[in-house]
Amino acid sequence: MKTYDRLIFELSVPGRTGVALPSLTGKKHPLRELGGLLRATAPALPEVSELDVVRHYTNLSQKNFGVETGFYPLGSCTMKYNPKINDEIAGMPAFNQLHPLQPAAQIQGVLKIYHELQGMLSEISGLAEFSLNPYAGAQGELTGLMIMKAYHEDKGDFKRKKVIVPDAAHGTNPASAALCGFDIVEIPSTAQGFVDLDELKAVLSDEIAGMMLTNPNTLGMFDRNILEITKLVHAAGGLMYYDGANLNAILGQCRPGDLGFDIMHINLHKTFSTPHGGGGPGSGPVGVRKGLEAFLPNPQVKKDGPDYYVEKGADAIGSVSGFFGNFKVWLRAYVYCLTLGKEHLKDVGRFATINANYVRVALKDDYRLPIDSFAMHECVFDGLVDQSTGVTTLDVAKRLLDYGFHAPTIYFPLLFHQSIMIEPTETESMQTLDEFIAIMKKVADEAKTDPDLLKRAPTTTPVTRIDEVYAAKKMILTFQDFIAENGR
Amino acid sequence: MFKYFPHTESDLAAMRAKIGIAADQDMFVDIPEAVRMKKDYKLPAALSEIEIRAKLSEIAAMNRPAIVFSGLGAYDHYDPSVIGALLSRQEFLTSYTPYQPEIAQGTLSYIFEYQSMVTMLTGMDVSNASMYDGPTAAAEACFMAMSMTKRNKILVSAAVNPNIAEVVLTYAHFRGLEVAFIPVAEGETSLPDLKNLLDETVAGVIVQKPNYFGIVESFDGVSEAIHQNGSVMIESCDISTLAVLKTPADDGADIACGDCQSLGMPLAFGGPYLGYLATKKPHVRRMPGRIVGQSFDRNGKRAFVLTLQAREQHIRREKANSNICSNQSLMALYATIYLSLMGPDGIKRVNELSYQNAHKLYDLLIATGKFTPVFKKPFLKEFVLHTSLDQTLIRQALADHGYFGAVSLADYDDSYRDVVNFAVTEKRTQEEIERFAAVVGGL
Repeated sequence: MKTYDRLIFELSVPGRTGVALPSLTGKKHPLRELGGLLRATAPALPEVSELDVVRHYTNLSQKNFGVETGFYPLGSCTMKYNPKINDEIAGMPAFNQLHPLQPAAQIQGVLKIYHELQGMLSEISGLAEFSLNPYAGAQGELTGLMIMKAYHEDKGDFKRKKVIVPDAAHGTNPASAALCGFDIVEIPSTAQGFVDLDELKAVLSDEIAGMMLTNPNTLGMFDRNILEITKLVHAAGGLMYYDGANLNAILGQCRPGDLGFDIMHINLHKTFSTPHGGGGPGSGPVGVRKGLEAFLPNPQVKKDGPDYYVEKGADAIGSVSGFFGNFKVWLRAYVYCLTLGKEHLKDVGRFATINANYVRVALKDDYRLPIDSFAMHECVFDGLVDQSTGVTTLDVAKRLLDYGFHAPTIYFPLLFHQSIMIEPTETESMQTLDEFIAIMKKVADEAKTDPDLLKRAPTTTPVTRIDEVYAAKKMILTFQDFIAENGR
Repeated sequence: MFKYFPHTESDLAAMRAKIGIAADQDMFVDIPEAVRMKKDYKLPAALSEIEIRAKLSEIAAMNRPAIVFSGLGAYDHYDPSVIGALLSRQEFLTSYTPYQPEIAQGTLSYIFEYQSMVTMLTGMDVSNASMYDGPTAAAEACFMAMSMTKRNKILVSAAVNPNIAEVVLTYAHFRGLEVAFIPVAEGETSLPDLKNLLDETVAGVIVQKPNYFGIVESFDGVSEAIHQNGSVMIESCDISTLAVLKTPADDGADIACGDCQSLGMPLAFGGPYLGYLATKKPHVRRMPGRIVGQSFDRNGKRAFVLTLQAREQHIRREKANSNICSNQSLMALYATIYLSLMGPDGIKRVNELSYQNAHKLYDLLIATGKFTPVFKKPFLKEFVLHTSLDQTLIRQALADHGYFGAVSLADYDDSYRDVVNFAVTEKRTQEEIERFAAVVGGL
């Protein structure tokens, strides 16, 4: 299976097809009536049978590593188990067949789910209301920042053009702020990756629209000055934005709204167990505290007595999606919330945190722990303790692939040069963690005894290390480019 | 114990001992006491799987799925059974962004195939790995145009679907990008008005095909006027129709964008769908989002990898082309499998059938005497008609018979208050079309 190396185009044989469609109904209205509006030649799509397609994509799938393949401790991504019942419900015809523009009376079920899920997310976050429309975390950030801007402008305050972003933030934070037309004020973090209060005070002014913060931060540590931070920013007239990428850690422990955050997004594909889909579709609902609800994007879902309806709010920031976002993703999150309920959602953060600390303690003799204090849902190492061998974090990550583990997030956060960010999540058992720890220790040993083994790794995967420079230089980005370069 | 948490009491005791804590709360000392949760969430009690199925069946029954005869950005095309089966493979479904390419060649290969197919359909040179949806792809295209021209204004044809225009307006407003609309003449983008509006501040112009009224515009003279002004032509297209219509490249566009929902993706109350974005090679570094390129591994084996990442947020932060991180990857796989199954002949047949069915309904509705043409322009699967009937009556009658259609364009513009939309795909049978026409014709 490992040797399978084809593109679907390379299976093509003229005349084959993978579908059976109805016949045309007589000669009336042939497409050629469109005459000069039609393209001259057909697109060079593959011509393959149904089995060709099924076998090709099955073979491709087997070159992938998923959460169900094995342990996937990719930091900041919360690769928890994706429950099957969620997929089953999302596949129900009564949900799949709904047109998003059907009248409200015909879509009461989905509007109820929208309304109830936003209510549950509000309770979990300590905020007033959520919109489920944003498609992903980054779009949630952008939407939240639009709300921040709209809030200030609504008060006639147009001079707040700056957003504070700590240097330890996820890359999406400054990128979202820039996309929203803000200037970014980056403030350096303390050695522990926390907000430096003096640096914060120094940049606060009436030009600050607000501040974006992840807590626990990207080092997986909870900023104990959080109440002071939110107070300072509020006192300067700014709003606090909570980047919910690390929300999993605090489930059952505290709520962003209670910490003083005004706006936040949640990555449903992280904290609320929806599948990551090889990079999406995700879902990034945005929540706001009381007083900011009117700014949430359109369309808005409201309830009047027993009836749900759709509204376009006059004060809304506008629209960030064609319809209601990734419905089948937030439907899965709804099922997840119902399954865990109040009894189990509160345990998520505790179990995720105990798992991360278990790994942190077990590996600190072999991997450099830059900050030796409690982690939350993830722990960050800075490469191997023994740096004399020339073995890098990249080599360690690649060697893990040979042992059947997905690698942690590497080279992020940027505060350290050899970052290894491990997020086990609450769905992993002590036995799995023990196996991972044993392999991490073994790899650390190999780095000393046979560093070349790590430099060569991985060797048991479908392909070995890839020449990234060639890819960037040649820019072979399509099959047509590939043919132009190599011939048929 | 709970089924998603494997922690037994003895495991927990062993783990606490190893960590060196007496109680779990010791790990949370940094959370200020004042804000620690003292009470449970006010949430419903946990449900068993038996209860979940019952509850969700009950909620599902509150929906009334209908036989769809409208479009406006979401089309009821046929979804081959193969796709759902392959998409549910956990290796595709539960993996994430292919950061470790050695164990993500499945994802990287299909993205490469997807990029290839998007360029085949659009006539462009390069495509990214996916955008959220058609409207956000259009907004990102505007930012590309802004960056390509160092100008600050976008012209949007009034024949562009308002749900695209609204997202463009929202993104543009906050970025500080000016937007103006090009009036419509006879259902098409007015070329004289476009020429009048073009000036040295215009970065890009967005047009749509088929447009909001379903009309297949020819765009004669449009790209010439735009390019003469040094501006960028952005064409938003229903990608399914590009299998038979002239491509954005044929039309002279610099950027092609739009939705791939029409590639058989379930209507699913609006998502997940898939946006595509494609351009000419010289502009590739201005593209947002992920791009996969071909390379080789150390053994000389062909391999695929994320490339040109210096455009992206995790490297460039505030200087990135966009903030996009997670995209709609699994839906790109959907589109790729769909197009593989269809091949050039299948996707052509889809368009032929849709064309034939839509024109059949058009003829039948006109024959009822209760509908009259708004424009006399070529259309493919979607069209609008004037109606003399009370629209509440129409929609009630359709709902009673299990149909959804005749969506009003009153929100678009008050002068269109008597105009309604219809769309017909290959999925509609002759009987459905005839009965639909009979229901509204009988009013």
